[in-house]
Amino acid sequence: MDLGATEWAAVFLSLKVAFWATLVCLPFAIGVAFVLARKTFYGHSVLNAIVHAPLVLPPVVTGYVLLVLFGRTGPIGGILNDAFGITLAFRWTGAVLAAAIMAFPLMVRAIRLAIEAVDPKLEQAASTLGVPPWRVFATITLPLITSGILAGMILAFAKAMGEFGATITFVSNIPNRTQTIPSAIYAALQVPGQERNAMILVILSACIAIGALIISEALSRRISKRIAGQ
Amino acid sequence: MSVSISIRHSWPTFSLAADLTMPMGITAIFGRSGSGKTSLINAVAGIFTPDEGRIDIGGAVVLDTKNGINRPTHRRDIGYVFQDARLFPHMSVQENLRYAARHGRAQSNAAREDEIITLLGIDGLLNRRIATLSGGEKQRVTIGRALLSDPKILLMDEPLSALDAPRKAEIMPYLERIRHAVDIPILYVSHSISEVARLAHHMVVLDQGRVIAAGPTQSILSDPALVPILGVRSAGASIVARISAHDSDGLTQLSTSAGVIYVPQLSGEIGHSVRVRILAQDVTIALSRPHDISALNILPTVITDIRIGDGPGAIVSLRSGDDTILSRITRRSVTQLGLTTGMSCYAVVKSVSVGPSDIG
Repeated sequence: MDLGATEWAAVFLSLKVAFWATLVCLPFAIGVAFVLARKTFYGHSVLNAIVHAPLVLPPVVTGYVLLVLFGRTGPIGGILNDAFGITLAFRWTGAVLAAAIMAFPLMVRAIRLAIEAVDPKLEQAASTLGVPPWRVFATITLPLITSGILAGMILAFAKAMGEFGATITFVSNIPNRTQTIPSAIYAALQVPGQERNAMILVILSACIAIGALIISEALSRRISKRIAGQ
Repeated sequence: MSVSISIRHSWPTFSLAADLTMPMGITAIFGRSGSGKTSLINAVAGIFTPDEGRIDIGGAVVLDTKNGINRPTHRRDIGYVFQDARLFPHMSVQENLRYAARHGRAQSNAAREDEIITLLGIDGLLNRRIATLSGGEKQRVTIGRALLSDPKILLMDEPLSALDAPRKAEIMPYLERIRHAVDIPILYVSHSISEVARLAHHMVVLDQGRVIAAGPTQSILSDPALVPILGVRSAGASIVARISAHDSDGLTQLSTSAGVIYVPQLSGEIGHSVRVRILAQDVTIALSRPHDISALNILPTVITDIRIGDGPGAIVSLRSGDDTILSRITRRSVTQLGLTTGMSCYAVVKSVSVGPSDIG
């Protein structure tokens, strides 16, 4: 494949961003999925709505909200910048944040479904054996949802690879710095004669996305088998 | 070590109020569905918190609503055998048995583990996956898992009700063995009189959220006042007998305080005590000793009580030696024979079922 250095940089940046976005999402997604699946409390549906908002909002809106909150002068971005010297807007770390936010609902959904498939009576039985709740979660719930977690991670990874709207709004489209595969495709399509590059990137990202879906499907099937004790 | 339970709780259409003390051995909580027995056992386990209550398990107060004590389930030192086995599907049988020692309160103890595994006959299952076990095997593993968590009390919520009759018969002997092998109180919830009669030393009868009777199983089962609650068909006495001889024609002689009873050959040695269950519907009454009759078991008795039911039936209590047996006959027979309290008569016993006993 005769991609230019800039395009290759976009591919590697996309992989890097997706990797970190998935990793950052994971602990929060498990926590939120557990709370949504197992706890009843005032504001349950509000939390659910907030988690799912990036799925239904136009991505450009999410990107704009991020820019307002996490921009250098924004309420959160200002603190990060002044206190810790961390800047997110127009940096690759900002692309991680944007991709993480967009991928979060998908990961939560997959893990929540897996947790809901675990019979809470098993957790209750474990507590009658003198095991504290956190350890019940670690030894009963977590092993039974491993495939669900993996499925959620793969979906999140694929979503992060393809994120465009929020990313380009929050961190722009700077070649070699914040240009991911989708923004590279977009840039290539703006210039006559770059269709071939665009096409290669399109095929590459299609392969990653479809491959992720197939693996995630196969893993989900394993959850039900595992819960049936086979 | 003893356990005392005192709870009050109100639901919109139902209320539960129970005070009871459990001695060692098996105490059965008997009641129809909806009588509050599962709520009672769940209150002990900490799965359900009553409005008011105090629960003391062997000196440890696990619930005291007046003083704001309410220990969570994992800090109550209870073992719980659920109706549905609830074995962990991602672990082998052995991993299930060792779960409490690895992650919970129990100390790992190889000798104890071997003892329980042998007791329950599950040595051949240790490496099996849970999904490959039969219902009866699952229940035995669950009992082992609960016992290996070193509980101070064992709670069993209808452990046999999900099983068919052959499986129940398969597990029953193991439950009888546990009764001897463990030195903790066992709370056994059941709606089956035959299970209770065979297993429990003590029983508590719950009806609509109230304790209406509590005491030794023998005296509860032969209390005519409780017949409507226990069910007419399962009413009957449970008395202790001793094997006195094995006859050559295939019968075993049992001596009771009332006299000799013959039953089909038993395997026990002479001198062993057994529990004899005589259902009220299997006992008829004769005013004089019948001679030309096929029934072998005819006991001289004195009528101590006659209770006329709402329907055509009546329950007659018969004192026979130190024991009381019940007879269910028709009201018409009571009138025709002129039965009254204090009269002497003969109880003709058509059939007897026998279970092992650790009493006496």
